[in-house]
Amino acid sequence: MKLRATTEGRLTQFALIAIALAFLGFFLLLPLVAVFSEALKQGAGAFIAAIETPDAWAAIKLTLMIAAISVPLNVVFGIAASWAITKFSFPGKSLLITLIDLPFSVSPVVSGLIFVLLFGANGLFGAWLQAHDLKIIFAVPGIVLATVFITFPFVARELIPLMMEQGKDDEEAALSLGANGWQTFWHVTLPNIRWGLLYGVLLCNARAMGEFGAVSVVSGHIRGETNTMPLHVEILYNEYDFVGAFAVASLLACLALVTLVAKSVLEWRFDLHSGASH
Amino acid sequence: MNRRAFASATLAFGLVLGPVLAGCSGKSANPNAIELTNVSYDPTRELYQAINPAFAAYWKQKTGKDVTFRMSHGGSGKQSRAIIDGLEADVATLALAYDIDAIAQKGKLLPADWQKALPDNSAPYTSTIVFLVRQGNPKGIKDWADLVKPGVQVITPNPKTSGGARWNFLAAWAYGKKAGGSDAAAEAYVRKLFANVPVLDSGARGATTTFVERGIGDVLISWENEAFLAEKELGKGKFQIVAPSISILAEPPVAVVSANAKKHGTTEVADAYLRYLYTPEAQTAIAHNFYRPRDPKVAEQFKSQFPDIPMVTVDKEFGGWGKAQKTFFDDGGVFDRIYTKK
Amino acid sequence: MSTTTLSPPRAARRWRKPSVLPGFGLTFGFTLGWLSLIVLIPIAAIFLKAAGMGWSHFLEVGFSSRALSAYRLSFGTAAAAGLVNAVFGLLVAWVLVRYVFPGKAIISALVDLPFALPTAVAGIALTALYAPNGWVGQFLDPLGIKVAFTPLGITIALVFIGLPFVVRSVEPVLADLGKDVEEAAATLGATRSQTFLRVIFPAIAPALLTGFAMAFARGVGEYGSVIFISGNMPGKTEIAPLLIVTQLEQYAYEGATAIAVVMMLVSFTILLGINAVQAAGRKRMGA
Repeated sequence: MKLRATTEGRLTQFALIAIALAFLGFFLLLPLVAVFSEALKQGAGAFIAAIETPDAWAAIKLTLMIAAISVPLNVVFGIAASWAITKFSFPGKSLLITLIDLPFSVSPVVSGLIFVLLFGANGLFGAWLQAHDLKIIFAVPGIVLATVFITFPFVARELIPLMMEQGKDDEEAALSLGANGWQTFWHVTLPNIRWGLLYGVLLCNARAMGEFGAVSVVSGHIRGETNTMPLHVEILYNEYDFVGAFAVASLLACLALVTLVAKSVLEWRFDLHSGASH
Repeated sequence: MNRRAFASATLAFGLVLGPVLAGCSGKSANPNAIELTNVSYDPTRELYQAINPAFAAYWKQKTGKDVTFRMSHGGSGKQSRAIIDGLEADVATLALAYDIDAIAQKGKLLPADWQKALPDNSAPYTSTIVFLVRQGNPKGIKDWADLVKPGVQVITPNPKTSGGARWNFLAAWAYGKKAGGSDAAAEAYVRKLFANVPVLDSGARGATTTFVERGIGDVLISWENEAFLAEKELGKGKFQIVAPSISILAEPPVAVVSANAKKHGTTEVADAYLRYLYTPEAQTAIAHNFYRPRDPKVAEQFKSQFPDIPMVTVDKEFGGWGKAQKTFFDDGGVFDRIYTKK
Repeated sequence: MSTTTLSPPRAARRWRKPSVLPGFGLTFGFTLGWLSLIVLIPIAAIFLKAAGMGWSHFLEVGFSSRALSAYRLSFGTAAAAGLVNAVFGLLVAWVLVRYVFPGKAIISALVDLPFALPTAVAGIALTALYAPNGWVGQFLDPLGIKVAFTPLGITIALVFIGLPFVVRSVEPVLADLGKDVEEAAATLGATRSQTFLRVIFPAIAPALLTGFAMAFARGVGEYGSVIFISGNMPGKTEIAPLLIVTQLEQYAYEGATAIAVVMMLVSFTILLGINAVQAAGRKRMGA
């Protein structure tokens, strides 16, 4: 009796798992299988050959670099924003949260255009940039900006509900015990939010690497220079190189999964430290 | 905000912005090598992959200088906008004159009469619009009239988003006008044609994929060079090309983007590069890539490859691209009318 | 409470309730600054551009009958996909957090896939699956169910795009929810479904709503994956972002920003509403 009240019966569990798996299989696994089967249609040799071209390598490097710059930026912002929003009360909080969400409601088609309107040759700062020979769009900084914009809300959005739910009792207790602000954050808040933060980073990273629409507007598509992996996929596809396109796409999917392995390792280590926390 | 907090906030901004701004500085140029940026549209990749090394060898022999290429491919309109917005192309090799006109008008990066700078309307290669049908031509499609028969599914991309689709539309219009004798008849024909279109892909290559890979539709209206590619490479033995009784002369133009070339000091090499496209060697490469060559001798040599189709031109039939775009494809134009009023 | 060793919140401003926690100035200032730099100023550029076109032209482009039907389609399919994701996303999150079963790590990895896969690839893969000759489409077609090139296909693409938002929003909150509350409820004689409805659901509702809102907002603007599966027939399966692209193809930047502004304002209002509902809900719960 006692057991049944805090968990579901075996049959219910089984049914729920089955439904969830069926849903995921239908909506996620099937497309993934389709991508991989296209990529491997002509054997592993063609798959490897597609990834080994210099253009593909340049795209891989650029994508990793873009993610390495934009994810930390959004992590710093996400933590700061969720601290300000969840630990203090001030009017206009809903507005601020919604403003942080804003990049989600901007179509990727437009989010590239935004930076063109600002930094393009005919944009607001275009003349000034040209006079100083600074290149933002159609160069790496533009791609970084567009990526940061697209992934802007991820970490904050992941942390806000979590920290809201946790309240601020732990931090207040730490402070009353004599810890300073940084110590409180480091030893109390951070361990509390680590899973949410990790999810935020994972999502942010995956999206940063996979973004196509906005980046495609500001990149200029110069081969070997400003083509990210998603752009390279499109190019290959438009060249009717379906095997190549899907090979690079599946590699991109794998790259995102690498972060997940990292997460599993972390999870495992933390569980050793703190025992089963729940 | 107290002073310490302010200082930390400033520091945080510095840390965050540093790497972004560091990436802004331009690349240092190597004085011995010339770099030429060619901004082109999608289907020309193989073509320029063949021509670029040949030109580099030619230029090295002629001047002793090395020239390397930065290639950019994408939808023609998108590429044109990128050049207007600051993508520093030395040469633009796009799908329609309208897109280079836009660079001249909105970007003021080259003279308005750019099309007179090179021979043959600045179009060193041409193509036309043909039909691609499934092997054996099960629906018996021979000409434009067959496309509006009930039960025939026609695949063509959306002319609002695809340059190639605009050629398709104008070719269909030219047929409708010739067959019916009036603009009204032409519109009625095109309306019937689009009633048979189940999917409007956003780009020409998307439409080809819909037809070839998804197996949708009985006939694909396509650029000739794309149709050859599909027939010879994508699905050998699965498709065949049908040449209609009338089509349109597609002239993909090339131009030196003079303002950028001047800035980079590449005017001379950019001009030589585009003129090189008219040489017999380049014309042969052009024909190998399924574009119709301009050079009469090379054209004679590849005569059997390209069927003889009577063609109208945009300039004569439609009064140039500017006018055609406005009449047919801009908001409220003929294409919109077809879909808003039934 | 002794707060002498920490930097005390000096003379807390009237608009903010006093708190013993430090760092408001730093974090709030940084948040506003970075937000303005990356989001607000760039978005202002869109409004500026749209403002340059004049009211009548703005209305003409932004509210043409074609644009209206595109908004209906985009917002409708995004809402439908958001609802599907709210239900199944919650289920997936629940299963991932609460149950142990073989292959869980792989399943968990799969959830992020829609972000990592470039949207165009997702669109192509889904079209390949659901086209009449596709793996799934060939079974649906004889039943008279058309997925590719219909609003149903658009919805499926948006379910794919939006799923991680819901799962990843709910998951951490669900994981963080201690079992003690549930045990307490159980000791007090609540049945399992009562515990779920009265104890668990209220706790995760804000996160669920957030996930829905994000999936919805993302779906409204989605372009890359949808254009492949939608068919793009004007007035029928033409999504609003496609109209923006067609405006750009005419070099009508103003027209493009007009449609963008309308979409942005609607999405923003909906998000603001959802966030306000959440805030009200929190107040009622006394948090």
